[in-house]
Amino acid sequence: MSTASRPSSKPAPRTEPASQKKIRVLTLKLGLDGHDRGVKVVSRALRDAGVEVIYAGLRQTPEMAVEAAIQEDVDGIGVSILSGAHMTLIPRVLELLKERGAGDIVVFAGGIIPDDEAAELKTLGVAEIFGPGTSLATIVDFVNSRLRK
Amino acid sequence: MSLAASLLQGDVRALAKAISLAEDRDPEATQIVTELQPQTGRAHLVGITGAPGSGKSSLVDLLLQVIRQRGKTVGVVAVDPSSPFTGGAVLGDRIRMQRHTLDKGVFIRSMGARGHLGGLAAATREVIHLLDAYGRDVIIVETVGVGQSELEIGTVCDTTVLVLVPESGDAVQSIKAGIMEIADIFVINKADLGGAEKTRRLIQDAMALGPAPAWAPPILLTAAIKDQGGVELWQAIERHWEYLSQGGGLQDRRLQRLKQEVLALVAEQARDDARQQLEGDTPVARRLRQNPNGTLNPYALAAELMGRAR
Repeated sequence: MSTASRPSSKPAPRTEPASQKKIRVLTLKLGLDGHDRGVKVVSRALRDAGVEVIYAGLRQTPEMAVEAAIQEDVDGIGVSILSGAHMTLIPRVLELLKERGAGDIVVFAGGIIPDDEAAELKTLGVAEIFGPGTSLATIVDFVNSRLRK
Repeated sequence: MSLAASLLQGDVRALAKAISLAEDRDPEATQIVTELQPQTGRAHLVGITGAPGSGKSSLVDLLLQVIRQRGKTVGVVAVDPSSPFTGGAVLGDRIRMQRHTLDKGVFIRSMGARGHLGGLAAATREVIHLLDAYGRDVIIVETVGVGQSELEIGTVCDTTVLVLVPESGDAVQSIKAGIMEIADIFVINKADLGGAEKTRRLIQDAMALGPAPAWAPPILLTAAIKDQGGVELWQAIERHWEYLSQGGGLQDRRLQRLKQEVLALVAEQARDDARQQLEGDTPVARRLRQNPNGTLNPYALAAELMGRAR
């Protein structure tokens, strides 16, 4: 039986309506930090929520992140960072986005970021910081509500 | 300034925004592409197709290196599949082309196929026009990972490169109809793994079974992640371009391409109209709701939707 291989909870495949605005998100690891499991889990969850995720992977500089975000015309950049360099690298992303006239691209971050520094990043313009233990539903809800134009 | 005008002045954000409009099938994209049409037709369109994991993106990365050394600018359109369940996607072609991210002469755009079959996205042609108007010398279109009969790339590009890997089939595979027929150039990537020579011979033998074509597709061996074979591949692509331009049927290819594009637009429009009628508050939709068992005649319904009710 061909249907047996698919869990019954999954809906039948459907055809896309022709005209639809899709949310696009760039996800990446900023700086020198090889821990990419979290960002992959989040990318997968966003995919399952209907988002087009452009996954840029490891060792991205702020310049690379911003250039990719502009070329891909994303609605948001999801930065994963566990190296401790967030106070250097994330503000630089925000600065470059503004320089390029792309300050409307929403930046959100996840990783190990202490509360006081998270607060500071938010005053600088980071939309949200998702620390350890954040549920995927929280992140998906954020993307769906804040990035939908 | 209009998006089209900004794009012509080299504004990368305007180009990216125009591409999004085309992807979202926004009517504004039609206007922009129409406005820009006089600026198009100059680029050399190169298609890269092949099975999932055969190394298409890595080969594009290698080609970018070679093409940039020759001073030409490049636009890349890389298509990956969208989920048939959620419409979402993880687009992971760009990750293989990282070293070119900061090069202003390279523009890379990832696209989800968004339910379009044939190996491309519905908006691929529009995106090619936009990159062409933007002034890119070479436009590389990378398909989703394909099987034997996703052949749309052959109607979209000037030069189609089919990427194979060693051990990808015996002699019967290489005489089958379909994807083997649309290749202008064969590449056997991952040639460092061994078995590539055998695959090359199989393809060569298969081609020898038919009449000699005016353009005999070369069969090249590459190892993209080891930076091997890129120069030879680009030279072959340029030779094919010269062949096409010098009486080898470039005009004919472009005429065929225009026809295909018109057909695709007609099909898309007809499908949209039909879908609206099927899902809206229309006589057809009401009849469908009254017959939940799906026993109505599909031919009659289709004819009715196309205004050809008998």
